[in-house]
Amino acid sequence: MIAGIPDPWVAAAYLLSISGALVCVAYGITNWNKGDEV
Amino acid sequence: MDIFTLIALLIYLFAIGYLGYQGYRQTKTASDYLVAGRNANPVIMALSYGATFISTSAIVGFGGAAANFGMGVLWLTVLNIFMGIFIAFVVFGNPTRRMGHHLDAHTFPELMGKRYGSRLIQVLCALIIFCLMPLYAMAVIIGGAEFIAPIFHISYDAALYVFAVVVAAYVIAGGIKGVMLTDALQGAIMLVGMLFLLIFTYTQLGGFSAAHQALTDLAPSVPPSLAAIGHRGWTAMPAFGWAAPGSTGGEAVRYHLWWIMVSTIVMGVGIGVLAQPQLIVRFMTVKSKQALNRGVAAGGVFILFMTGVAFVVGALANVYFAQHETIRCTIVEEQALLDPGPDGKAPLTRLQPDASPDVRARAKTFITYRLPGTTEDQPLHYMLKTPSVTVERGAGGDIIRPGLIAIARTVTLGTTLQGNSDTIIPRFINSALPKWFGVLFLLTLLSAAMSTLSSQFHTMGTAIGRDIFETIGGAHSTRTVLITRCGIVIGILTAIVLGKLVRGNIIALATALFFGICAASFLPSFLAGLFWRRMTRPAAIASILVGFATSAFWSVFINAKTATGLGICKALFGTPTLLTHAFSPTWAVVDPLLVALPISALTAFVVALVTRPLPPDYVAYCFGGQRPTDSH
Repeated sequence: MIAGIPDPWVAAAYLLSISGALVCVAYGITNWNKGDEV
Repeated sequence: MDIFTLIALLIYLFAIGYLGYQGYRQTKTASDYLVAGRNANPVIMALSYGATFISTSAIVGFGGAAANFGMGVLWLTVLNIFMGIFIAFVVFGNPTRRMGHHLDAHTFPELMGKRYGSRLIQVLCALIIFCLMPLYAMAVIIGGAEFIAPIFHISYDAALYVFAVVVAAYVIAGGIKGVMLTDALQGAIMLVGMLFLLIFTYTQLGGFSAAHQALTDLAPSVPPSLAAIGHRGWTAMPAFGWAAPGSTGGEAVRYHLWWIMVSTIVMGVGIGVLAQPQLIVRFMTVKSKQALNRGVAAGGVFILFMTGVAFVVGALANVYFAQHETIRCTIVEEQALLDPGPDGKAPLTRLQPDASPDVRARAKTFITYRLPGTTEDQPLHYMLKTPSVTVERGAGGDIIRPGLIAIARTVTLGTTLQGNSDTIIPRFINSALPKWFGVLFLLTLLSAAMSTLSSQFHTMGTAIGRDIFETIGGAHSTRTVLITRCGIVIGILTAIVLGKLVRGNIIALATALFFGICAASFLPSFLAGLFWRRMTRPAAIASILVGFATSAFWSVFINAKTATGLGICKALFGTPTLLTHAFSPTWAVVDPLLVALPISALTAFVVALVTRPLPPDYVAYCFGGQRPTDSH
């Protein structure tokens, strides 16, 4: 049971959505000034 | 509509008009009109990508699906963030941008055509886009019309027209610069609106755990029709399995919901997003990989706040409707009878006074009421009367506590007894949240719809102008913009006609169908074009044709929902679908994408191995080398 959600598959989707957005933010910040090479 | 709503709306439309005009002023060449001069600001590009990706279809259509099927739909948010943002920007974005710049491609079909040195591929892609994109535009327009019609007290049809005309005006004038500038403003409004919606919903229902627990406790209220196809409550995934061939009755349909949710809603859109022409063209509007890197951060957060919030709020709307909704009104009748037809599946109609005993026996009881401030010439509100409904009559007005789940609250005159999940989110906003939020959400939804429609119209127009007329007729570039504008008008008219013909539980289905067909037709040859130098021209043509044909065949003859809706199979063979007892009945709810995409990919691979590759100097040119002088 995570935050009132008993099904681990649904709880996983809830947590992965949030962590996915955080991964995107982390990637964007660490590569903010890279890739300015056409 | 009060004066506050009107002022907010006028300010919004003025801002959109101003940005559309700025786009028009900055558009001097066909390249400006098509790819924003390849120099778009990274934040504007990321917001534009997100706002184009997310439409009323995602918020109203898929939010309604979450209200119906539960929070398992959040897997689509996971896929949207990982595939639609992270993989799309980090893995596909830069090769697409580089190849698009190098080959001087302005549209997705042009990129495909130039990569394979084939005008046929360019025209083929453009034809598929131009013929099918109105289906997706229709879904977005319906999502907007369902919400604005009751607010402005105008008919659903009038809402369709108003919507389409406003969007068409700034797309036709401003090109993609106008589209992207307005997208960025609309994306910002959408972020604010959805953030407020999330905070309000959780606050009203007592916080995260309390709200989720209340939703979990509602599991016994799942309607029998949904429980029969595997619904196990709104915080659980549906029952998973595969029905045995030849099984009938309850056994045949008990795993249907899992396959509808996972194959159509989650995978159809989650994978289909990688092959959306109007999103791929965004990668060609920025000048460096740096812009894509920055876009990842903005895009991930944006998608979480759009789809994640819409799906969670959609599911939690059940708790609000079942436990918190109180309607202050004037009750007109407590025993109004509506007829659901002989099979119980027809649109509900008022019972005639001379109805036969048979018809009276099958009729359902409704309460009819008027809301404060409405007049006698406005239509009555209907509510299904069940044992959970409590009524308090009073001299100063009446109070109804429905105690119904979300989908049951949408059953009214004109819908079937199944209800209309496309109206759940608008109904939730209008009854659960403060009135001023209704205005903010109105602008949020207008923004979501307009930002997606503008790109759909732009993509449809360029498919005709740039990819078909200019490719076949060699038209001059000034005429390209004119023909593109004509193409936009044709696309809009098609979407409006479709929107008038079909209505009710259609938004999520039409969107998933379009995304699925795009993925099956374009994804293998697009990805192979970016990453596999051995990929050949015949393989790309075969993959596009096989992917499209398999998707179309599956949609018309096998998939129960689309085949029954289209009626072509019934007209030709006398049966709703071609599935026989030799096959598992679960095949009837497997999305076309799950069948067509693997077949399309396999076709691309096999044909590429047995056909002659493109000249090595041409392939080198596609991947950044010098332009060959003799080929193509």
